[in-house]
Amino acid sequence: MTMAVNTALPQPSGRRQFSWGTPLTYALALAIAAVSIAPVVYVVVGGFRTTPQIVANPAGLPDPFVWDNYSRVLTQSNFWQQAFNSAVIAFGTTLAVVVLGMAAAFVLARYSFRGREGLYTFFTLGLLFPAGAAILPLYLMLRDLSLINSYYAVILPQVAFSLPLTIVILRPFLSAIPRELEDAAAIDGASRLGFLWRVAVPLSRPALVTVGVLAFVASWNSFLLPLLVLSDVNLHTLPLGVQNFSSQYTTDTAGVLAFTSLAMLPALLFFTLAEKQIVGGLQGAVKG
Amino acid sequence: MTSANQIRMPAGGAPASPAGPRRPAGARRADNRRKWYEIIGLTTPAIVVYVMFVLVPMGFAVYYSLFRWRGVGPPTEFVGLRNYTLAFQDPIFLDALRNNAIIVFGSLLIQGPIALGIALLLNRRFRGRSVFRLLVFVPYVLAEVTVGIMWKLLLTGDGTVDALLRSLGMGGLVQAWLADLDVVIWTLLAILTWKYVGFAIILLLAGLSNVPDELTEAAAIDGASWWQIQRHVTIPLLGPTIRIWMFLSMIGSLQIFDMIWVTSVPAVRSLGASATMATYMVDNGFFARLWGYGNAVAVILFVISFVAALLFQRFLLRRDIEGAITRRAK
Repeated sequence: MTMAVNTALPQPSGRRQFSWGTPLTYALALAIAAVSIAPVVYVVVGGFRTTPQIVANPAGLPDPFVWDNYSRVLTQSNFWQQAFNSAVIAFGTTLAVVVLGMAAAFVLARYSFRGREGLYTFFTLGLLFPAGAAILPLYLMLRDLSLINSYYAVILPQVAFSLPLTIVILRPFLSAIPRELEDAAAIDGASRLGFLWRVAVPLSRPALVTVGVLAFVASWNSFLLPLLVLSDVNLHTLPLGVQNFSSQYTTDTAGVLAFTSLAMLPALLFFTLAEKQIVGGLQGAVKG
Repeated sequence: MTSANQIRMPAGGAPASPAGPRRPAGARRADNRRKWYEIIGLTTPAIVVYVMFVLVPMGFAVYYSLFRWRGVGPPTEFVGLRNYTLAFQDPIFLDALRNNAIIVFGSLLIQGPIALGIALLLNRRFRGRSVFRLLVFVPYVLAEVTVGIMWKLLLTGDGTVDALLRSLGMGGLVQAWLADLDVVIWTLLAILTWKYVGFAIILLLAGLSNVPDELTEAAAIDGASWWQIQRHVTIPLLGPTIRIWMFLSMIGSLQIFDMIWVTSVPAVRSLGASATMATYMVDNGFFARLWGYGNAVAVILFVISFVAALLFQRFLLRRDIEGAITRRAK
């Protein structure tokens, strides 16, 4: 799209982009990128050094390259168990948020009924509720329900707290589907639910991916809730694992660096794959 | 399931019963009934989960906060508002409030301008732009815990940052970044800025892509410079996006926990130098098992966030989220 606009422009405007501004743009962008990723690169590279090397020369390069830290983390720690727990919880949360959020947003967007705006307000009020503030009573409630030390203790509250944003992002998307499409589907014999499944879901895929990725990354990174409700070490998620490992092996700097970089990897990969989609999906939500 | 529907009704202000037009056509009535089954069927799961895990806990927090309670058995020792007055008399809690204020205002004032500058820059057309965008988002994607541990390693003892400063001839700046009681909160603010500026950039880039190309191109053809276009066309159109970011940043800053918890030594936190309302709440309520007191702090945190959000919503955000929060049910 950008390309098409570009070539269609008259010459002077096309040349503007290659004015003196470009080298400066690159210089600034490079500086910004460096500040953003230098600490991360340091951690990843540091994982290939030995602790004595790091202590002697904190800012040096690996010499020689040591794989031992990474292999130690992958073989001796609970890394895989924790990654598995994180994955179960993150996928469970994402699936539930997308399904429940889509169903509710569909009703709020495509059905007219008394109390609809009230129901929407009711959900959006959740945007004002800080999840952190509810954590103590949540713990007590989960304890009374005997859900402590189970995946549900993390998944259910995370779903609940992700629903408001999900609905706020999905609703305008679903409202924007033209009325004619719904009428056409009705003429073809589709019920409202058929329309939801065959037309609305496929058409909202970009927005669904956005809310899905946001829920996934939030869940993958969450710490406070798992810290309180998962005391069983076998259920610990990666953020808890990072914290445990770093306080358990304080003197093993290289090992902590390796563990930390391995824990970063999945979220980074996931986000890299979906970045365009997220920016695209947010457009509907942030327009004036 | 039914109970959730009953809870929904007062908020929705409408009974969830078929109240369709009184037409004799039975088919129409059947259709109307089916519509209501669909509405209830599709919304109930979301409502149940939301009510149970967001609203009910907050209600319990208010109740528990009125008791002196160690969390064993049902609460019996009613103390009224004593937990609240105790909190506001504790200098550590007041420090936590101050630290939250520093993080809220510091985040807004520092991240906003930086993010706007970077977003405008990354909105220019240049080769490899998407790679730079990805790199800028990296800190935001990482878990706060991971980022916290990472910076702790870089900053503690005579760490890498200090070594770097020395090699640049700025050894005078070397500090006990995370241990000096006067410095630690500013160090944390710097780390939070590094981490969250990417979030502001994502939102601003999404907002920028809504600015029609025709507008900026027309201005360019009229001979406006890049900066003039940004100043007079682009930035004014970003108003709603900026306000939504401010709102989310404020709410996030008020409940900040993870980063503080993993980076600062418990001793530093317990002296108030780096405590926030959330760490204070967890330290006292969960780990010291003062459940009544902890829940009072939870309610204070909730009320402060809620009032701040409502004020913000009322005065700044009203036009931006279409009818989202304060518009009356109609």
